[in-house]
Amino acid sequence: MPEHTITTKNAAREQAVRIVKRKELNTWKAVLLRAAAFVLALAAGGIFILMMGSNPLEAYAIIVKGAFVGSVRNPLSSIQATVIIAVPLLIVSLGLAFAFKMKFWNIGAEGQMIAGAIFASYFALRHSGMPHVLLLLTMFAAGAAGGGLWGLIPALFKVRFGTNETLFTLMLNYIALYFIKYLESGPWQGTKGFASIAQFDLNARLPNIGGIHAGWIVALMLVVLTYLYLNHSKHGYEISVVGESQATARYAGMNVRRIILRTMFISGAVCGIAGMIQVSGIDYTLSMGITGGVGFKGITVAWLAQLNPFVIAGITGIFSILEKGSGVLQSELGINAAMTGVLEGIILFFFLGCEFFIRYSFVFRKRRAKSS
Amino acid sequence: MADEIFAIELKGITKTFGSVVANDNIHLTVKHGEILALLGENGSGKTTLMNMLSGIYHPDGGSITVRGNEVFINSPKDAFALGIGMIHQHFKLVDVLSASENIVMGTRAQKRQGKAALSAEITEISRKFGLQIDPGKKIYNMSVSEKQTVEILKVLYRGADILILDEPTAVLTPQETEKLFSILRRMKAEGCAVIIITHKLNEVLAISDRVTILRKGKSVGTVATVETDAKKLTELMVGRPVELLIDRPDTSKAPSLLEVVHLTVKNEEGYDALRDVAFDLAGGEILGVAGVAGSGQKELCEAIAGLAKIEKGAILFNKESIAGKTPAEIIKSGISMSFIPEDRLGMGLVASMDITHNMLLKSYKTGKPFILDRKPARALAEHLVKRLAINTPDIGTPVRQLSGGNVQKVLLGREIESNPSLLITAYPVRGLDINSSYTIYDLLNEQKRKGVGILFIGEDLDVLLELCDRIMVLCHGEVTGIVEAKKATKEQIGLMMAGERQRGEVGNSA
Repeated sequence: MPEHTITTKNAAREQAVRIVKRKELNTWKAVLLRAAAFVLALAAGGIFILMMGSNPLEAYAIIVKGAFVGSVRNPLSSIQATVIIAVPLLIVSLGLAFAFKMKFWNIGAEGQMIAGAIFASYFALRHSGMPHVLLLLTMFAAGAAGGGLWGLIPALFKVRFGTNETLFTLMLNYIALYFIKYLESGPWQGTKGFASIAQFDLNARLPNIGGIHAGWIVALMLVVLTYLYLNHSKHGYEISVVGESQATARYAGMNVRRIILRTMFISGAVCGIAGMIQVSGIDYTLSMGITGGVGFKGITVAWLAQLNPFVIAGITGIFSILEKGSGVLQSELGINAAMTGVLEGIILFFFLGCEFFIRYSFVFRKRRAKSS
Repeated sequence: MADEIFAIELKGITKTFGSVVANDNIHLTVKHGEILALLGENGSGKTTLMNMLSGIYHPDGGSITVRGNEVFINSPKDAFALGIGMIHQHFKLVDVLSASENIVMGTRAQKRQGKAALSAEITEISRKFGLQIDPGKKIYNMSVSEKQTVEILKVLYRGADILILDEPTAVLTPQETEKLFSILRRMKAEGCAVIIITHKLNEVLAISDRVTILRKGKSVGTVATVETDAKKLTELMVGRPVELLIDRPDTSKAPSLLEVVHLTVKNEEGYDALRDVAFDLAGGEILGVAGVAGSGQKELCEAIAGLAKIEKGAILFNKESIAGKTPAEIIKSGISMSFIPEDRLGMGLVASMDITHNMLLKSYKTGKPFILDRKPARALAEHLVKRLAINTPDIGTPVRQLSGGNVQKVLLGREIESNPSLLITAYPVRGLDINSSYTIYDLLNEQKRKGVGILFIGEDLDVLLELCDRIMVLCHGEVTGIVEAKKATKEQIGLMMAGERQRGEVGNSA
């Protein structure tokens, strides 16, 4: 045995700060901490605005005003515009919540939304003579089926071959997107010489309710339905168990494969509904810009809301206000509308950081010096 | 001697995790040339305390003195520099490397010396302490006991003369344990200070010079081993006198309930985890299964529960083959399995869910279609909490926040409430304190009296011998014998666990 010439001196220093796991915070403290994170995020965003040469308070005021206060002639116009931004984001975020609850990393909401839009557009373009209500219901069902089938593909490969759903769903996004390009210049070309699809017949457009297309009612109904399905149905319970542990699910006699397939169909179907609403309520045609990126933004929203459908609605509201208000910010203060992206990023960053503080706390050296 | 220099002296060590006080003002000393046993029930803070010595945790209060100097151990590296080496319960070895490569890993030795010199050095240390090891052998070819030897060599090679062993005998057969103990005695003779963590009383009495007993995070006393006995130690450990007898009620044997013939099951890697296993189990009988960890116990449970594919052979339940049935159908037919894995939560429970939702796991399909009805589960949860004295703030607390004993009560309670006719239970008292263990034995005996057939997979041979009617021994996935528990001895079972076939087959008792 070697002699111990090492003195204890080199190990004599205690670290200045240690990170310690804390006991589980009660709900109110956790909510308070998250609220603080939001305020801090706004403050950090304010510093950013300050650096760009504007007054942050003024900027925030303009954002809120821009999202709510309309013109003199149409005082509701801004709120309506904000809601129109919110509808697809809300529906897609809800759709993702199904998959995420099962820990199935569906980042293919873009593709599923597009697939839904394509299926719905088929009826709008080729069967526009159907009775109005029947046509809209058919388009709705087609949108759900299209999105659902697009979501089913990666799930099938997952349960059969154990493929990675993250990459798979991501790649399917591009296939769906470029399929629109094919349709634009191929079978569904509107006018010769232009790579675009014809405008939908009036018969295939969603009616307005309260000055906004009817999609907002669908979105709100989906919030409640999603909540009921995830929290008060046997299927919802199965999703939670599969998400926690597939071994446990099998042990309890659940058919894990069927649950994964079914849930991914639903997840895709909800995203597909968003696609149908977008083509039928806003664009009145099918184009490559249909998603506006909500398929990716929905991932952020779903996680920030911790998959709670009502919180998803709230976060969607905040994000939509930021987006609508930032457009006004550009015209009034000359701040680039890309500011929304920066602010959303900062909010996400602070919320993620906040989760760390919910679980851990710091202990400083001084505090325990006297105990020896 | 007031100014005696201890290898290690802990004064007033305190450590909390959130609201849990794991160590509360603990005092402990160990001298060179001494073996100290650290005794305590699971959850009494033994491992936490030793992890502070090896630099994994940091104490919230108190002081650590090594060879007379106060130190702060901030990392495992600091611990090594102080000559402290810990052998963990779960080995930390690289499977594809050889023994000597594992031993030198992380040291600077590889650069300085060639392979031959290294081997010579390892052989030299081995001889000194009576260790037997082939330095060139790969880890994946080694038995559990050999791996442990490598772990010990690893810390000795780094010059540790203060060794901490965390439950080293949990994975060993009785014979291997004896071998380990002789190594520890050699270390003691060479002047090492050895701390051995355990909750097995007979081992404490066999190997240690002094015993420090922890109870609920506090050091309740240190006694010289020669001045104590099992009864006194238990009293110190539990805090009150305990009757150490397990009941074995006599039941009238029902006809055979479960018959397993020529059962072969492959594990995830595609090797035979069970080979040609055959046994039977009658209603009102407890059949124990003994074997070192990983001898095929898990696969046996999973095969009967329909979770693992049956490669060859058959499992007959009530004279009907269960091959091709889904787990759900098997549950419905009255087979219930509760497997307590090493992390205690595993597949029987969902850690993040509360007791109510864990009750739902086996029963959610009943009742109204589509809508999840929580009411019966909530009632069952409340009933179990009362009946089994489950210690929880309320039934809405996630089970991961409950202590191990309470988690196991939740799991076993749910399985028993489903009124099974065959109960498979693996390691049901794993990590439980003595009191809770006895509650579990009583629950099992109560089921036995009701005519339920019980397959009890256990680790503690003493418990198996006292509780079971017959004991089946597994070694590397094969049955090395089935013995009458009343007539069997620990040594006999130990040899069978190591692979020796039983002579003179004991017929089945049906």
